[in-house]
Order: sequence, then structure tokens, then C-alpha cells
Amino acid sequence: MRDGIRLYLRYVSMSLRSQLQYPASFLMLVVGNLAITGIEFLTIWALFSRFGSLGEWSLPEVALFYGMVHMAFAISEAAARGFDILHRQVRSGDFDRILLRPRSTALQVMGLEFQLLRVGRFAQGLVVLRWGLTSLKMSITFAELLLIVAAIIGGGLLFSGLFVLQATLSFWSVDSLEVVNLTTYGGVETAQAPISIYRGYFRSFFTWVIPLATINYFPLMAILDHADPLGIPHWLSWLSPLAGLVFFVLCLQVWNFGVRHYHSTGS
Amino acid sequence: MNRRAYQAIMRLRFMLLMQYRIAALAGITTQFMFGFVKIMVLEAFYLSTTQPQPLTFQQAVGYVWLGQAMLRLLPWDGDGEIQALVRSGNVAYELCRPLDLYSHWYARAIALRVAPTLLRAVPVFLVTLFVLPPKYALSIPTAGGWAAWILSTLGAIALGCAITNLINISMFWTISGEGISRLIPAVVIILSGMGVPLPLFPDWSQRLLELLPFAGLVDTPARFFTGQLSPTMIWVFLARQLVWTAILIIWGRRLLARGLRRVVVQGG
Repeated sequence: MRDGIRLYLRYVSMSLRSQLQYPASFLMLVVGNLAITGIEFLTIWALFSRFGSLGEWSLPEVALFYGMVHMAFAISEAAARGFDILHRQVRSGDFDRILLRPRSTALQVMGLEFQLLRVGRFAQGLVVLRWGLTSLKMSITFAELLLIVAAIIGGGLLFSGLFVLQATLSFWSVDSLEVVNLTTYGGVETAQAPISIYRGYFRSFFTWVIPLATINYFPLMAILDHADPLGIPHWLSWLSPLAGLVFFVLCLQVWNFGVRHYHSTGS
Repeated sequence: MNRRAYQAIMRLRFMLLMQYRIAALAGITTQFMFGFVKIMVLEAFYLSTTQPQPLTFQQAVGYVWLGQAMLRLLPWDGDGEIQALVRSGNVAYELCRPLDLYSHWYARAIALRVAPTLLRAVPVFLVTLFVLPPKYALSIPTAGGWAAWILSTLGAIALGCAITNLINISMFWTISGEGISRLIPAVVIILSGMGVPLPLFPDWSQRLLELLPFAGLVDTPARFFTGQLSPTMIWVFLARQLVWTAILIIWGRRLLARGLRRVVVQGG
């Protein structure tokens, strides 16, 4: 295990060094990433300036939702990028090389690339989150801060799990399936707002099947002291970061199943 | 003779792009998902206020569906093949053809935008007009509304293709296509009304949003279709789309001429 982590860190440092070869161009990419993702908050701000509130939620409160889900997604975009581009390896047959090495396939795929430019999305999420916390003028305990951080990491694992599923599907389809985007990019769009505003079936799907609600809705429900319309108790919120971890581990099982059924394209 | 050549280019590209049906099916699913998320969020916002809004909820629903149906009409990227030509230097071949380069690329842009839109818009229209429960459905406009929508959609295509061509031409300067082209989608989505219906932006920004070219891409047709604008206003809005199209075409031609003067063709 420790050896695996050391190897992964080696992969990451190699990837970072190659991306930093052209610092100016890298900086531009980060600024671009920050601007593009940041512009999304503009649309939320516009709607609040028109309607005042979103149900029982205020703009600074929704800013916390927004910040957390974007930071979580940025982590998985950077760390699980290898799974996102795996279909290319499958199509070209390069995945065979990974199978030849005596190390875990998931670890090697994750090490294919660590996409540092995603710090742009991460930074804008952090800025929005901070702004939300300061404008709420609430005192936040250390335990609550820990819950937020843990939930963001759990969210990173959850989205990474989805990227793993997408990659696993490419063993059969040989191409990247846009359908998975529904739960990754679509999931970010969905979780920018409190999940309680959505209609029954939709809300259940993103609570129980793909537990997006655990990234920000459950933790913030407890921290901001909102009652859940379905009566889910607050103490459960403190367990929600674990959901991301469990989801990720389950996805890795699916991945291992997929690897066993992999047939090389032979090219 | 030349006109026939441009028509042939457009037709060939069109037939090629119509082949991507599976991709279109996946895209349609995505569009429904995003449409529903947007509508449910808007519904929660509309329920939070009792004040009359510049757009009724029903109109906002229609606006969102029209945006999703016409998504691929938006000029948020250039023509990938042209960008590759400029990058590799093979654009020299393009110069050998006895055709006006700007018009050639414009014809390709029309196919690039219209073919995928047709594949995706038809199912989205059918479902949102006839299948969804009335509260979340697209309402059928009046005859005048239809006419104004068709005219303004044609205007949106002309405008969108002029912007696409500008993106293509900007490749002469940016080469990698990474810098500007990463910002363009964000700008186009926000300012065209694809993100949030433009009438819902703060009142002080309305004048500015209307004067910018991007409103002509999504906002104008959607407002005529949903009846937020009276069909008699079509001439004002169509004129605005066409004036912007003309400005962007002239600007694009100038830039193309300048870009070609400094183009260096690599051998080999």
C-alpha cells in the first residue's frame, strides 16, 4: 500500500514537471479554466438578483453548495484524468502495456496524467465558498470545517468513481460514452443547487443511486441548520463523506471486473 | 458557377455530418437532462417570488427547451478541420482552389452548425411539444410567432456562422487554438441566453445585452417563439441580427486577408 502511494506520487511529480515545462502557457490555461468555470456563478448571481431567494436558501448559502461541488469536481478532474482519457488507450491498444506491468491497473491509469490546470476550477470554488462563509457571518466550529473538507474530498472520490465507470464502459464500447457526462458534468450542474429543490424521482436518484447529495447537501443541511423535507436526521450528515469513499471502492470493483473481460483491439 | 460550388461544398459536408447519429442520440439525452435541471431550478426560483417577472414561468420553460433544441447552432468552437489545416500549414491547398476562401469556409460553417442541429432539434421539439405534461412543455406559438421564429432562426444561423468563421480565422494568430477558444464558449453561453434566459438578467443590463451580437443567437428566436416578443417586432430584431452579421463578415474578411499575407507555409 505504502509502496503504491509512493509510486503514485512519482507519477504525479513526473506529470507535474512535464506540465510546468512552459510556465507562461500553463498560467494562461489556469486563468482560462478559472474564468470559464467562474462565469457559471454569474448565472446564479443573476437569478438571485431577480428572484431574491431560491426557496428557503439565500445566495451566500447556495454559494457554499456551488463552491463545494466545484472543488470536489476539480479534484477528480485532476486526479482521475487518466480514466477520462482511457478510451484512447483502449482504442490504440496501448492498454495492453499497462496489463504487462506487475502493478495495479487502476493505479497506473490514474498515474497517466495529473491535470494541474484544474486548479483554476478549484480556486474559483474556493473563492466562492469563502465568500459565502464570510457573508453568512456565522461562527463555524472546527468540527464543521472538518466536515466541509471531508465532504469535498468525499465528493472528489465520488466523481472519480464516475470517471472509473466511464473508463470501464470503454472496454466494451471502445469509445468514450457521452452518457456518463450526464452524471459528471450534469451532476455538477445539479449539485450547484440544494438537492431538495428537485422533484422526487430525480432527487432520489442523486441521493441513493449516485449519492451527489452527500457532497454538499447533507453536510450543509446540518451546518446551516435547515430541516430536510424528507426528515433525514442531522447526525447522518456527519457520515456523508464516507459515501464517496464507499462509492469509489465499489467502482473499483466494477473496474476490476472490466479489466478481466478486456479484449485488446489488437492494433 | 461559383455559387454551385459553394452549394456543393455545403451539401457534401452536410451529408457527412448527418452520419453521426449515435453521438446525436447521446447528445439528446444530455440535453434533456440539462433542460430538466434548468427548469426545476427555475421553478424553485419562480415559487420564491410573487412579483411579476419579465418572463412567465411557462415562457421560461419554452425558452430553456428552445435553447436545448438549438444548442448545436451556437458558435462555440471553430471548424476542427480548418483549424488543423492552419496549424499544419496545409491551408496552402485551400488557397489553390479557384474559390473565395471566406465564402468557402462560410459554406462549411453552415453545414457544421445546421446538420447536427437538425439531428438533435427534431426529437427535442417532438417530445417537448407533444409528450411532456403541459407545465413542463413547449407551448405551440401563434402563426405570427412561428413566422417570426423562423425568420429570426435564419438570422441566428447567419450570425452564428459569421462568428464561427471569425474563430476559424483567429487560428492564424493563436495557432494552438487554446487561448481565446477556451474563453469563447463561456462568453457565448452567458451572453446568448443559453445559461439563463436573458430577460431574467438585472434590468440595468438589458440594454447592453440586446446591443451585443450574442443575443441574436438564442435569445431573439426564443423570445419570438414563446410570445415574449410580439411578432410585429421581428423587423427590428432581424435588422439587428443582419447588421451584426454584416459587421462580423466584413471584419472576418479583413482579418483573413491580413492573416493570409503573413502566413508561412512549411514545406514537407
